[in-house]
Amino acid sequence: MITFESVTKRYPGGTVAVDQLDLEAPTGKTTVLVGPSGCGKTTSLRMINRMIEPTSGRVLIDGADTSAVSPARLRRGIGYVIQHSGLLPHRTVVDNIATVPLLLGVDRRTARARSLELLERVGLPQEMAKRYPAQLSGGQQQRVGVARALAADPPVMLMDEPFSAVDPVVREQLQNEFLRLQSDLGKTIVFVTHDIDEAVKLGDQIAVMRVGGTLAQVAGPSELLARPVDAFVAGFVGRDRGYRALGFTTVPSSVPVEREETVRLGESLTTARDRLAHGWVLVVDAEDRPQGWLSEHSVRSARDDLVTPDALNLGGTLATVRGSLRELLDAALSSPSGRGVVTDGQGHLLGTISPAAAVRLIEEHGSTAADAAGRGETA
Amino acid sequence: MNAAAGGGPPGVVEYVTSHHAEILSWLWSHTWLSVVPVLIGLVVSLPLGYLAARHRWVYPPLVTVGGLLYTIPSLALFVVMPSILGTRILDPVNVVVALSVYTVALLARVVADALGAVPEDVAQAATAMGYTSPQRLLKVDLPLAVPVITAGLRVAVVANVSLVAIAGTIGVPELGQLFTNGFQLSSDGPYYPPIVVGVVLCVALALVLDLVVVVVDRALTPWLRKGART
Ligand SMILES: Nc1ncnc2c1ncn2[C@@H]1O[C@H](COP(=O)(O)OP(=O)(O)OP(=O)(O)O)[C@@H](O)[C@H]1O
Ligand SMILES: [Mg+2]
Repeated sequence: MITFESVTKRYPGGTVAVDQLDLEAPTGKTTVLVGPSGCGKTTSLRMINRMIEPTSGRVLIDGADTSAVSPARLRRGIGYVIQHSGLLPHRTVVDNIATVPLLLGVDRRTARARSLELLERVGLPQEMAKRYPAQLSGGQQQRVGVARALAADPPVMLMDEPFSAVDPVVREQLQNEFLRLQSDLGKTIVFVTHDIDEAVKLGDQIAVMRVGGTLAQVAGPSELLARPVDAFVAGFVGRDRGYRALGFTTVPSSVPVEREETVRLGESLTTARDRLAHGWVLVVDAEDRPQGWLSEHSVRSARDDLVTPDALNLGGTLATVRGSLRELLDAALSSPSGRGVVTDGQGHLLGTISPAAAVRLIEEHGSTAADAAGRGETA
Repeated sequence: MNAAAGGGPPGVVEYVTSHHAEILSWLWSHTWLSVVPVLIGLVVSLPLGYLAARHRWVYPPLVTVGGLLYTIPSLALFVVMPSILGTRILDPVNVVVALSVYTVALLARVVADALGAVPEDVAQAATAMGYTSPQRLLKVDLPLAVPVITAGLRVAVVANVSLVAIAGTIGVPELGQLFTNGFQLSSDGPYYPPIVVGVVLCVALALVLDLVVVVVDRALTPWLRKGART
């Protein structure tokens, strides 16, 4: 556990970046610091590994005052990931990852073996080991940055906007892999972002800070979306938080799906035409996994005789029974046929659901925002 | 003297054949007189540059003093050295010390700039991983400063080859002697061979030394070329 005890940072020149901060980041959980630019997130983070020394107050890790150890030793036990990876340009990927183990006196061979293992763990092929950072894409560099921070297996990880400099698609991948890694490793993580969506997705606990370096609210993600304490937090967590809150409720296995007539890839278009319902037919593969929708128009205008992948409309998203109500509603709303496709955990088709039915399900199973509103707790 | 060779004055080939022992020894002393000051200058510039990169107040005086030193004519420095060092006027140590001073004047600033140019995120990440300051200097800052420092070394080494030649005018034996000889032998009309030989050898020496620095630079910075072709 990381504990801030009335920590204040006043920079020379008088800016109070962090003001009397009291905060606990629980062991094995991800605590996200979020807030507008300049509210003191980076300053708070760096006071944990003493890149910045507090003006007053203490930072404890598992009850031990961080100022009692030498900064270099303290830092070797804390993983650190930043926005632009900060990889050493003159070292190969494998040597970059081995940095902290080598500083700790691990022999070169062991450190390299461990590096290669981590490379795989963060989803990079071993061929990249011998490359230099400049030979990697931004997303790959961030992965190496994460591997490097994990190399000495530190119990604590600090991450300062690690995914904000990559494009949205890569960011989403990196976030998903972060979640997968963290569920395996259970590190104590403090994660800084100014993106509330990222905070909600990754955080077990979210600390919203306001400019001036004070805490506005500390809460779990669903609680934060449902019950912002004041107008500042409400404004910060944003307009569509009711919709986002649906992300925390799982689709029940009893989800009322309609049976959907399907046609397989490679079957004849005549069959497809016969199975059209309200102008659309769902196409599946040989194992009953949804592939896309075929419209009446493309059935009639197709030049082949068979159902081929390139005629499909791939517009709709998929929902699964293990997914969230948010995904379910999104599948229903985004489907070109107006019928949201629902699959089981393995990707096999269960059936479809209309937006109206999805909304009924939401009403029955309750979104947290509506719950909170019911208890008279709105912003 | 010309009569001894029979016919007209001897050409470049005859000049070289009759003076090759001398020329070789001048070439050798010219080489070490050019190289040793660069090495001494580099060794002195590294800590000076480090101080200037680390403590901002050191930097402006370093740049100013360096610039002023460079404006002192080399000949004056060669002549003054004996009285400062207590050496004889023809002692090569005078040349070595004077050129070391020039090299420091040039390189200290280069080292300071190179160490100061380590990208902020790299420096931050290195610190955050637990490098102590000396470790960071040796394993991160210096390796990254190599390309800039070697660029400075190339200038210093080539400048030194031409500055050493000036010491010939006060009698220190190196390739500069060829110019003095050429001048002396031109009393009855221009006599070029020693001058031509001197110029060719100086240029060749400068090119070779420059190449050596380039080769060392390439050996130390493999990441720069690999990084460029992704
Ligand atoms: N070295 C410094 N000297 C003086 N003031 C500083 C220094 N570093 C940060 N500040 C100030 O402290 C405040 C908090 O800065 P900090 O970097 O912690 O913000 P942040 O929340 O990380 O912002 P961002 O989201 O833009 O990264 C800002 O007002 C900033 O200008
Ligand atoms: Mg910041």
